[in-house]
Amino acid sequence: MDLKGKKIIALGERDGIQGSAIAQCAKGAGAEVVLEKTYCFV
Amino acid sequence: MLLGTPTADSSRLYALTVTSGDPAWAGALAGVALGLPVYHITEDEVKAQLAAADYEQQVALMESVMDVAGIGEAVRGVREGKG
Repeated sequence: MDLKGKKIIALGERDGIQGSAIAQCAKGAGAEVVLEKTYCFV
Repeated sequence: MLLGTPTADSSRLYALTVTSGDPAWAGALAGVALGLPVYHITEDEVKAQLAAADYEQQVALMESVMDVAGIGEAVRGVREGKG
């Protein structure tokens, strides 16, 4: 799986890795982030 | 779909929801098989493509307290259709 040029949904969790962190990493790898969310189940 | 879920169980749940549909049949995706390719950000094949500085700053700290092997196994299992 090559991230470059792919459309990415970044689905984070508050107790894990935040969506914004995933998005930043994915953008740095050349992916296009189309949706970014951080969920919390507490 | 890139996940940042903290446990193997939550990773499997998220992964199943966006591939074969909500396994709990509780939400809007019950019975809806989106079939999206799903990966966890800590999986080796994803991590290898990310800038080391970004990963170190954004992910590394949480990765150190997560069961990365269990999460990877769970998400890979869903991807390969083993649930």
